[in-house]
Formats: sequence, C-alpha cells, structure tokens
Amino acid sequence: MSPEPKKLVKFKLNGQDVEAPEGQLVIDAAKGAGVEIPHYCYHPALGNPGNCRLCIVEVKGAPKPMVSCRLPVKEGMEVTSDSEAVKRAQASSLELHLVNHPLDCPVCDQAGECGLQDYYMKFGKYESQVREDKLHKRKRTEIGPHVMLDQERCVLCTRCTRFTEKITKTHELGIFGRGHKEYIDLAPGKRLDNAYSGNTIDVCPVGALTDKDFRFKVRVWYLDKTASICGDCARGCNINVHTNTKRPWHYEGRRVVRYKPRYNEAVNGHWICDDGRFGFKKYDEDRLGRLMQLQPMRRELAWDPALAEVATALREGVDTKGADGLAVIASGALSNEDWAAFHKLFVEQLKVTRLLFAPEPDQLGVEDELLRRKEKVPNLMGGQALGFGKTIASLSWDQLAADIEAGKVWGLYIVERDAAKVWGARAKALFEKCGVVVFQGPWKGTTGDLAHFRLPATCHLEEEGHFTNFQGVVQPYYKALEPLGVARPDWQIFDGLRARLSAPRGKVGAR
Amino acid sequence: MTKILTQHFDNPKYHELETYRSLGGYEALAKARNMTPQAVADEVKKSNLRGLGGAGFPTGMKWGTVPPVEKAPERFVVTNADESEPGCFKDRVLMTLAPHQMIEGLLIACHAIQAKWGFIFIRGEYADQYDVLKKAIAEMEAAGLSGDVKVRLMRGAGAYICGLDTALLETMEGKKAWPRQPPPFPTVAGLMAKPTVVNNVETLSMLPHIVANGGQWFADIGFKGDPEKKLNPSGGTAVFSISGDVEKPGVYEFPMGTPLKTAIEAAGGVKGGRKLKCVIPGGTSTPPLTAEEVGMSMDFDHPRAFGTFLGAGGIVVLDETRDMVEVAHNIERFLAHESCGQCTPCREGSEWTTRILERIMEGGGVEADLPNLQRVGENITGKVICALGDTVGVVVRGYMKKFPDDFKKRIPTPTAPANPLPAAAGAQSAERRDAIPQK
Repeated sequence: MSPEPKKLVKFKLNGQDVEAPEGQLVIDAAKGAGVEIPHYCYHPALGNPGNCRLCIVEVKGAPKPMVSCRLPVKEGMEVTSDSEAVKRAQASSLELHLVNHPLDCPVCDQAGECGLQDYYMKFGKYESQVREDKLHKRKRTEIGPHVMLDQERCVLCTRCTRFTEKITKTHELGIFGRGHKEYIDLAPGKRLDNAYSGNTIDVCPVGALTDKDFRFKVRVWYLDKTASICGDCARGCNINVHTNTKRPWHYEGRRVVRYKPRYNEAVNGHWICDDGRFGFKKYDEDRLGRLMQLQPMRRELAWDPALAEVATALREGVDTKGADGLAVIASGALSNEDWAAFHKLFVEQLKVTRLLFAPEPDQLGVEDELLRRKEKVPNLMGGQALGFGKTIASLSWDQLAADIEAGKVWGLYIVERDAAKVWGARAKALFEKCGVVVFQGPWKGTTGDLAHFRLPATCHLEEEGHFTNFQGVVQPYYKALEPLGVARPDWQIFDGLRARLSAPRGKVGAR
Repeated sequence: MTKILTQHFDNPKYHELETYRSLGGYEALAKARNMTPQAVADEVKKSNLRGLGGAGFPTGMKWGTVPPVEKAPERFVVTNADESEPGCFKDRVLMTLAPHQMIEGLLIACHAIQAKWGFIFIRGEYADQYDVLKKAIAEMEAAGLSGDVKVRLMRGAGAYICGLDTALLETMEGKKAWPRQPPPFPTVAGLMAKPTVVNNVETLSMLPHIVANGGQWFADIGFKGDPEKKLNPSGGTAVFSISGDVEKPGVYEFPMGTPLKTAIEAAGGVKGGRKLKCVIPGGTSTPPLTAEEVGMSMDFDHPRAFGTFLGAGGIVVLDETRDMVEVAHNIERFLAHESCGQCTPCREGSEWTTRILERIMEGGGVEADLPNLQRVGENITGKVICALGDTVGVVVRGYMKKFPDDFKKRIPTPTAPANPLPAAAGAQSAERRDAIPQK
C-alpha cells in the first residue's frame, strides 16, 4: 500500500539530530520527532498553501524565517523551532489571527478543541494589545444539512474550501472579498450538501464550521473518546466514538453524541462519509435491553432459562424434524468473533444448510469512488473467511419465504436483521408457519414484536471485537459503552446455546 | 542629461507606427532577429539593465534562469503593465506616448528567450492606454513585424496586488489574485506552469535601445557600481514620476545614480517656496526620506543605506505642512484595502495598523500605541508571502523612525486626555464598521 520508502537524511532540529525521509516537509519530520510546530492551513491531505504563517522556523543560512510546511528536509539542514525569535513569530502570528476573532468561546461549540485556544495556551500567552472594536461578519449561517458557518470565527486557513476542491471536487465553498473583508461562503446557488460535508467541520481548526447536530448539546470536555470502526458499510472507516455518559441530562440522555474520523491511510485516510458520521443516533433508539419470551406467553426471562428453552426447542426440532427444517438469517454486522461462534453453532453442530446472509436487498445502498461501499454492513468479509458466500451459499429472501410457505421450515432463527420489514405484509403469516421463531439483535425493529423469543444483543459500540473490511483488513474496535439492560454480545449467545446443545439433556442450565 | 525612453516625447505623433519607424523604430528588432537569442541575452546582461518595476532584479539574470528550450519548448513573456503603485505613473505615460517602443521591446524579449507568445497585462483602470496599445498592436501586426510571435492584450480588474508577478499570473489564469510562493519561480513554472518571464513596461521599453546601441553603451550611462561598498551596478536611465508638493509634477528621466535632489529641482522644487519635509522615493510602499537625506543617489543599491528602496521611481514630495501620521495612515489604509487576504499577518496586520493610526488621528491614542505599532510592524515584515505584506510593516515603522515627533505630539498626555479612550471591549460601537453586507 505505502509508496517505496525514501532515502533517509539527517538534519538538525533544535540542536538534535533527526532522521527523516528526504523531501519530507519539516513540519511532518518535526512531528515524527515529537516536536510540535503550530499550524492552521497545512493539512497532510489538503496541501500547504502556507497562508497562516504560524509554522515559521529558522533555518541556518536562510535570510528570512521560513514556513516549515513548505520546506522539504535536506541533508545537513539546521532547523530551529524553539528560539526566542521563532517563539515571538508564533505568538505574533497568533495575535494577528485573534485581532478580529470574536472570542465568543463561552458560547462556541469548538471551545475545548479549538486551535486558537490550544495554541494560545501553548505558544501565545501574551497580553492583548487590541483596543479596537472587532470587525463583524455573518454569524450562525446554515450552509448545509449538517454544517453551520460563523464567518467571524474563521481564520481563513482555506482548509474547507480546499476540501471541497480537492477531495469531493464539488466546489461549494469559496473565499469571497479581499483583505480583511474576506470571508468564506457558499458559491452562488450552492449548498454544502455533499456526502462528505461533515469533514469540513473536522478540518476547520476553529469554531467557524460547526456540527449542526452536535451544536450546544454537550461540552466537548465531558465526552469520552473510544477508538472504533464505523459499522455502516463495508469500508470500515476508523473512527473515534464520542460518548456522553457523565452528564446524562445533556442531549436527551443520548449516549453516543458524535463520530470523528480516525486517520488510517490504508482504509479511510482522514475522512468519513456523512452517512456514517450522522448515523450514530440508531445506537440510542429502538434498542433491546430485556430478554423476552413473547409467545405463547409474554414474560421476561433470565438468560439461563431462556437459553435452555431455546436450546431445547432447537434440539427437539432438529431431532424430530431434521436440521434441514431450521432456517437461519445472519447479518454482515456480526464481528469476526460472532461469525466464528455462529459457524460453530449452526454449521458445525446443528448442520444447518438453510442459511440467509447475503446483503441483498435490505443491506445495500449507495456506493461512490471516495469511501462509501454498496454493502451497508461492516463485516461480510469476516463471514466469507469462514466460507459464508464461498463454500456456503446464501438463500434469497424470496426463496426462504417460498420454503416457509411450502412447509419445509419448522424453525427460524433471525440474527439482527429485520426480516419482517423485508417480507412486509407477508411476514406475520410466514412467522406463524414456523413453529419456533427466535430473534436476536440490538434493535427491536418489526421482527422483535413477532418473534417467540427476543434475545437482546449488544451493538458493536458495546463490545470489543474485530471487523474485516472489504479489502480484507482486520480491524479491532473497542468497548465505548456499557451494554443496555441484559444485552450480551452475539458470540456469547451462540456459545451459550452451543454449550446447552452439546451437554447431556438436563445438565445445562442448572448453574 | 541623457534621455533614452523619453527622448522623442515632444513629438506628438510618436505613438504612431509611421513616426516611430521614421525615427529608427523596429530597426533594433530586425537587428536582434539577426542575432542569436543568446547574443541578445548577453547584450542585455552586459547592459546592467535591472527590473524597473520596483524589484531591481537584473533582467539578463532573470532571463538566464529560464530552462533551455529543449526541455520546455513552450514559454511566455508577460508585460507587467499593471502599474498600481500610488505615486507612479511613468508606465502610463510610456504606454500612451510610446506604445511601439514597449511592443518592440516585448518582441525582442520574446526573441531572446524564444517565446512564441507575448502577453501584455494592463491595469483595468488604464482604459485609454488599452485603446492605444490595441491600436499599436494592430498596426504592428499589419506591418508584418510580429514574426512568429503572437501578442495578446489582457485587462486586469483593478487590484493592486496584480502588479506582483505571481499574482498577475494567477489572475491571468482566471483565478483569485493570490500571490504564489516560490519556488518554483515564474521563469521555471509561471503562466500555466510554463516558463514565463514577467518584465515591466519600462524594462521592456529599454530593450530596443540596448540592442541598437550595445549593452556597454547602456551600462556606461548608469551607475557603475562599487564592489568595495557592495553596491551593484544599475545600468542606463530610469523614468521617475514626480508628484506631490512640487511646482511641476510629471515624468522625468534621469540616469541611474542621479541624486534625488536633482530630480526635485528639475520638477521645480517644493511648491510655494515651502520647506521640504519628506520625500517618498519609490512610490508609497517605500519608506520615506527626511529633507536631510535628499542627497541620496538614485540607483537600486544606495537607498538601502537610508532604509528605503528605489521602488518604481514614484517620487512623492511632501512639504512642511504635511502631517506624517496622516500620510502613514493614508498609505496603510490603502494597503489594508488592497491586501489580497491570503496570509494572516498582512490581512489582519494592515487593517489593525490602520485602525490604530485612525484612533491616534482622532485623538484617542495612548502611549502604548507607538511601541505596539512598532512591534506589529516588525512582526509582519519578513513573515508574509509577498512584498505587499512586507510593505505593511516597513512603511509604518519607516515613518515612525524618520518622523517620531509627528507621532508623539498626537498622543495626548495621560493627565489631560484630549478624547476619552474608545469604548472598552464588550461595548460595541453603534456603527458597525466594515461589516460584510448581509445577504
């Protein structure tokens, strides 16, 4: 994946010998050596226009200070980024950035993760000499379905305009006016309404572009951040999940408040799509937390008796009517660990052949050249590694429905997928034809109300695991939240059933 | 006094092709075309001709950095006719009265660097000159003088920054006129990323005379240089625009190395017999000189010792009645208005400096303002992308250094403030200045 390694050269940074690939920018080489050089306009994926003038360094032999974002490393170069002159230059550049900045941090969503605040504390700490009024520009402008613009807070680093030029090539944003009257705005007749618009919020180093959804919900310093993988398509973009559990009275008690992309050159680069970014609300909506038996009698169960009952029903069915009559619906949302347990239970132990796991049509969506994949589940490849879709064929929804109608199916085990929604009006009749319908998943959906057993599973934010993305990259994700109610990871449910099925009758469940 | 460019300016028909040719016009072009491109370039190098648009970069040396024609067959010459520096109007006169002189120079330059395209980028406000040039190009082409070179005329939209070569190239490409940051320099990757030589109107106008009379003749006219004092030679003459408080403002040509005093005297001296206070030697973006410093030799290297530059030769004479705070404010306001807004120090610094000066003029100055202006000026200079940005810091410091008393007397003493301080932060003024119009 990575380009050929370049020749390493030695140069001096603040008196220390540093090695870096030849031609690498000094600002990146310094970062690699653990030296932070402040910057706004430079972004590794968006280029280095060199307009913020914050990354100034001194180079021995150069007549003027130079911007390190436009300075390639050369053998024997001597760079200073911590001299008094450089510190003064950094502080003064910051001062000039702030001359007309409204300093409305108390009501600004960026506060706490703002480039101006951070750099002021690290490199500024001067006493303000500004005695003039601030210039006024337009505030709180809605420029798209997800993004709010505040021109006063903008430092005109042009990252967002370059994002719409270079990455999405949609050109919604531009810089208008000249000099201090310059401002970022929408191109005439356009709206920032592309599938990746949320990334402009991330690249904005200040509070000029803010998340319309996240605005005023929770202060960023109350949030916990967990490394995770976006589960909304086969790309498996690396993300940080930001959760709010310390102050549940904020944001209507929602636990997941936003997704932020996490850099991974091999998978998603710096970006994630808007579908993924703003798709987190489902993790706090329509969730299952209680283990229920709905038919023939509605009652809440504990895991042990429930697993015992389901295991008994499955074993009786297999023993009397044959494994051929058990149909299992699985989903590409299962983790590698889930797939393994699923395989052991249904393929190895119960020898089930009537399986449905293909994403068509309920798990398909829009695909594009940048990130989004057609398959809207994260881990079809994890199943494929175990043969699902290769040696093991998947039924289609219509085939399965036909089989049920023909009376070939005595039991239906549904994992995660909303089968009732796919089958629509036919669903109720189809379920009635099956003797046993077990539904297991994090979301209730329509199927959750029609099943005989409803087993609550965790969503991937509530467990640890691995997804294999469409390129075959196996990626770990970590537990960001506690499970709701008694929900368990899917693999634990499968393993629990398997233990009960393989034990002699009546021995399991007595714990 | 030797005159080169303005020698026929008393001829009212010099702008016509017929008259121009009857006085020896386009003979140099024929001569140059019989020489190899390298020979022409060598002659220009020998002449010590330096860029007369303000930077003073040796023209021959600039041409020498163009990559060889085998490596980059397509290359351009662009005439910088975007003369926007306040105090400079010599290009305007040169284009009005001697358009063919410039066009001949452009064709010689195209021959010297083997370019097939010669562009003229003219300031948008120069509407009359645009017409003159359009007519002159048509005449030249009809007379079959263009050879295999295509000459094209382009109009700017009236931004000061387009006078800077890389901003000019950006705007020619149809983009926002934001200066580029070399490297690469335009001679390597300029217009459309092809090697491009950008020369000023006056520089190009010199070329026919250099080719006709030889580089040595041109070098002998000008300042020969002084290796001991590390002063480089500046060949030939320069056309100065003299304005301000003088009796006869106008365009005057002097050999390089002429004292500034001579130029002021030639323009009739200070108006109304008043005392000289200040001279801006090269257009408003150059720092000022005091009355004592007018003995300065006008070439590209001497002014450095006086903390200023020759610039584009826009001499502005200011008499004793002028207030330097107002002058500095006027210039800073211009720079703030014309700042392209690309890099922060210039965009914010020019505007802030202007507003501090404005407050001082309104009587709201405080003692801390002067060291603050000095500090802000220092923090802008050398830390910006282009020369305009440097100017923002240099100009205000120049006036404060040369005329400190003008600034000090504007600051009210702390015991008896002339005006109360402007409202403290938080209390917005009723009138929102410089607000962006609401959609």
